[in-house]
Amino acid sequence: MSEFLQQLVNGITWGSVYALIALGYTMVYGILRLINFAHGDVYMLGAFIGLYASRWFRAGENPNPFKALLVLLTSMVLSALIGMIIERLAYKPVRKSPRLSALITAIGVSLLLENGGVLLFGASPRFFPQIVAQENIPLGLGVTISNQQLIVIAVSFALMVALRWLVLHTKVGKAMQAVSHNHMAAALMGISVDRIITFTFMVGSALAAAAGVLVALQTPKIEPYMGILPGLKAFVAAVLGGIGNIPGAVVGGLIMGIAEVMVTGYLSPTYRDAIAFVLLIVILLVRPAGIFGKAVAEKV
Amino acid sequence: MKRFAALVFILLALVALNVLLPRVTNPYHFQVLMLIGINIVLAVSLNLVNGFTGQFSIGHAGFMAVGAYTSAMFTLKLGQPLVASLSLLPEPVAQGLALLLALMAGGLVAAGAGWLVGLPSLRLRGDYLAIVTLGFGEIIRVLLLNIEAIGGARGLPGIPAYANFFWVYGSVVVVIVLSGRLAHSTHGRALFAIRDDEVAAEALGVDTTRYKVLAFVLGAFFAGVAGGLFAHFLSYLNPSSFTFLKSIEVIAMVVLGGMGSITGSVLAAIVLTLLPEVLRPVKDFRMVIYSLMLIILMITRPQGLMGTRELSLGWLFRRGGAAKEPA
Repeated sequence: MSEFLQQLVNGITWGSVYALIALGYTMVYGILRLINFAHGDVYMLGAFIGLYASRWFRAGENPNPFKALLVLLTSMVLSALIGMIIERLAYKPVRKSPRLSALITAIGVSLLLENGGVLLFGASPRFFPQIVAQENIPLGLGVTISNQQLIVIAVSFALMVALRWLVLHTKVGKAMQAVSHNHMAAALMGISVDRIITFTFMVGSALAAAAGVLVALQTPKIEPYMGILPGLKAFVAAVLGGIGNIPGAVVGGLIMGIAEVMVTGYLSPTYRDAIAFVLLIVILLVRPAGIFGKAVAEKV
Repeated sequence: MKRFAALVFILLALVALNVLLPRVTNPYHFQVLMLIGINIVLAVSLNLVNGFTGQFSIGHAGFMAVGAYTSAMFTLKLGQPLVASLSLLPEPVAQGLALLLALMAGGLVAAGAGWLVGLPSLRLRGDYLAIVTLGFGEIIRVLLLNIEAIGGARGLPGIPAYANFFWVYGSVVVVIVLSGRLAHSTHGRALFAIRDDEVAAEALGVDTTRYKVLAFVLGAFFAGVAGGLFAHFLSYLNPSSFTFLKSIEVIAMVVLGGMGSITGSVLAAIVLTLLPEVLRPVKDFRMVIYSLMLIILMITRPQGLMGTRELSLGWLFRRGGAAKEPA
């Protein structure tokens, strides 16, 4: 029992990271119907920016929460800028093109970030400084949680709540909803569609960067290709929850994280990468639009 | 008569080139040439699914892997004894026969997998279908990594190198002619109708489900054949050759060539296979330039190099005696 609960805690930690990345996928998809394959690589960039920021602020020397927060914010802000640049330079020119061309562009951007990353940071893994000293907190029943895990979960959920507030209760959030329903109608209502799309990319990239830094807290080995698999799995998580649906992405991410940790713990770690996809196929066969997705009737 | 003459001409040309090319080209150029051929088969077969039918499949490497491993195991278990027992025939003929059987086996098993993956396309559309095919490809890769009997993560060495120029480019000709003929047949029109508007196609009496599954099965078959050629050319298989990136590479060929354009797929397969090779001298910048060029090409020519048009190879595809000389 205590082993199961321990796995559950680990699963929720991973799941909240997947959820953070999945949110970016789902928001961009909701607004542009584009699978932004480069999103996983923004997560990688987030971790690397975090690495350089913690060196700059000397956050690894005598860790304190203020410096760690500074590292997180720096990474989020810079990644948001990178997200903006990517959107403006690569995606905006193909917005009116067939969707597959946009997708190939996204793949191109993804390859560019990975290989540019190899060029800039080197191909071998780098070690993320410990910006939060590790402590284990017993939760009872033989279950412990490290303060790093706690930070991952707490920061993720804080960001998710903030995002929910942003989308539902602010003017820009309402504009995002309007654009995701219909670009032209939104434009007629006086919303600058271009700016909203750029803003969506920035928010998504910031969340992915946060995920990158949070992961690096726990598993400090970071390398330029680290974004590929988590990116794919987060995308699967977004589809699982019903793509375009924000609570769906969170639930999908949590399911994914828990399922993966359970498979690693109880079956075999080598099947870890397959479980995400098996889960996906099973759920899509039962609910073709994902858990929270609405089946859209096709208008003729 | 004209078609028969064309067939004889192609066969003779393939045999002649098969003998000649390995002697006059250096091994590196020859290897690139063979990889181009295999990639053409992959791109044209994926074009059947993505380009003709508009069903978005991003797990082509999975089918390729199924075909590659099946045909490799076929040759290792059955093909080699067969070649040994056919010692009366000249060696290339016996090996060719064994390879043909292995390719068929690989293609058929891959087609079976395509049928399995095609079935959910009854229920799923667009991106959801895409993600299921992606999942399928990844599941295949993880399974291959975990089956010790076929080498697991160490890979499968020692596959006899039966695939020569004749077989690779013979397959290229077969897949091109077949898709060309398909495009001009009732079945091909049905596929195009599904791509252009699924609802309208259904209203006109096209059995959309059947045709979608057909496209998947055909595409998977040739992906399996390409996998078999790959296995018998490199003599070594490893699950890491069939990652998501390989599927992406093939999609890039189809989209860059122009969705639905056969000659476009061929052209793009050549360009995208050569590009990384040509860029070898710049070493570290190679993949950066490759990805930048991919982005720039997509921005400047979103409809692909060829759009939906074909290069004039009309004489290959036109029916029987009515064939006119190309303009």
